[in-house]
Amino acid sequence: MNKTDFPSLLIPPERFESLGREGAGPGPKNPPRIVVRNLNFFYGRHQALFDNSLEIAANRVTAIIGPSGCGKSTHIRVYNRIYEIYRDQRAQGEVILDRENILAPGVDIIELRRKIGMIFQRPTTFPMSVFENVAYGLRLHYRLNQGEVFDRVEDALKRAVLWDEVKDKLEDSATALSGGQQQRLCIARAIAVEPELLLMDEPTSAIDPVATSKIEDLIESLKQNYTLVIVTHNMQQAARISDFTAFFYEGRIVEFGPTRRIFTKPLEKQTEDYITGRFG
Amino acid sequence: MERKQANHNRADAVFRLATGLCASMVFVIMLGILFELYRNSRLSIGQFGFRFLLSSAWNPVTDDFGALSSIFGTLVSTLIAMVLAVPLSLVIALFLVELAPPALSRPVGYAIELLAAIPSIIYGMWGLFVFAPFMSGYVQPALSDSFGFLPLFSGPPMGIGMLSAGIILALMILPYISAVMREVFSMVPAVVKESAFGMGATTWEVTYKVTVRYGLRGLLGASFLGLGRAIGETMAVTFVIGNDHRLGLSLFSPGNTIASTLANEFAEASAPIYLSSLMELGLILFLITFLIQMLAQVWLHRLQKGTGRA
Repeated sequence: MNKTDFPSLLIPPERFESLGREGAGPGPKNPPRIVVRNLNFFYGRHQALFDNSLEIAANRVTAIIGPSGCGKSTHIRVYNRIYEIYRDQRAQGEVILDRENILAPGVDIIELRRKIGMIFQRPTTFPMSVFENVAYGLRLHYRLNQGEVFDRVEDALKRAVLWDEVKDKLEDSATALSGGQQQRLCIARAIAVEPELLLMDEPTSAIDPVATSKIEDLIESLKQNYTLVIVTHNMQQAARISDFTAFFYEGRIVEFGPTRRIFTKPLEKQTEDYITGRFG
Repeated sequence: MERKQANHNRADAVFRLATGLCASMVFVIMLGILFELYRNSRLSIGQFGFRFLLSSAWNPVTDDFGALSSIFGTLVSTLIAMVLAVPLSLVIALFLVELAPPALSRPVGYAIELLAAIPSIIYGMWGLFVFAPFMSGYVQPALSDSFGFLPLFSGPPMGIGMLSAGIILALMILPYISAVMREVFSMVPAVVKESAFGMGATTWEVTYKVTVRYGLRGLLGASFLGLGRAIGETMAVTFVIGNDHRLGLSLFSPGNTIASTLANEFAEASAPIYLSSLMELGLILFLITFLIQMLAQVWLHRLQKGTGRA
């Protein structure tokens, strides 16, 4: 029996709508790309996540919302095991991607991180040229000649809707770009290595409203090819761009379902209080 | 009220003048030293002219002096020290910041800083009585067995000489360079490193392509700090370099540096031209150090523009 078919979710059924039943809008039902089961996370002895269970729909945007310190970022940092570069952080439970528990020992972390790109709160351009930033990941994972590298850099920059703005300054330092451009450069760098999933940790919290709306448009267009998970403290943003929303509170997933339902008919009092601005 | 206001203005003016005077003292002292060195070496400059820089003669009996062997020795011993100390410091700093568990990195960090606290005369004594015999007994014979065909490693293994001096210098500048490099690495933002790891880079790839590049300016600055110290280091070098005014390709043979010559010979300098030649050596050392620091600043500035970071 395939383990991923029937995830044993700890969330009571009335609070959890499986992705199969009520999809996000028209189109075929999307199978889950990632299934999280009973995920617990620890910073040393401090437990930060409690029994998180969640399904991330393929080719959809899943938003993770909740007050500061509720474990939103911690949760998505498990998906690419980036937490492992720090001592005394550990995760328990299952995160299943491509029928494989990525938390199991023996998983190829380098390949895992190629499949799962990550975008951070602040743009994390590397101290090199615009071109080299995008080529960085390509050169790590693929053996390409100079022409192929250029083609794929161009393609990634186009998909990140940045090509027209930077095509004349590919050799300039990436740090000379504006904040919004740098963030899109980071997205281009992430999608250049052909990931399946993009994790975004409050990607617009450090940039201005115009740049933010550009990135939101970009996220909308990336849905066709990628599965996206976005952590945001901005509820309007979650409502605008996501198909599914998970509300986190104190390390627990309080409610998860289609975004429209979460924002119009929340089942939990806590969710309602949060999205109506009564706390958080 | 108005009188009070005037008092404030006067207090500000006095304060500005006082701080300005203190700051300008730096220039006054520097120019003063430069002038005195020049004044005292006029005799030698007049007698030898430019030949002083190109001649390796050093004969107090015939009063014939040249700076070439001292300049050569200064540059070669510093080069050896830099070649050994910079990569080693880089590795140590990376290990302490990126790889070592805190339980290890803290004591090791302290130990390295303690190296900087050892007076240079101790390094000299240790070099002469412990390190030089070790070099002549083990290291130099092994080097000449393997690489004896190179002129660099030919000649009798005496222990004291250019190579030993360079290695001791490397040990002495290591703590300075690695301490600054440690600071540089710990200032690279965690999120940038995470981002590189998140791309699927290995620790080596993150370090080599991102961390080191991010801190390049600081790393070069650290190296120049070490260079500045190595070039003028006196006591330890004087003990182990052999103090011979000789130009030779062999790193085993004794040599001298400007600083070691000055430390050794002032007591014997009876003739005015001898004294003046030593003064001119001092002037040359001053200018070399000054020039290197200037070039370093210019280079760092250009590098800063290149990566576009403030």
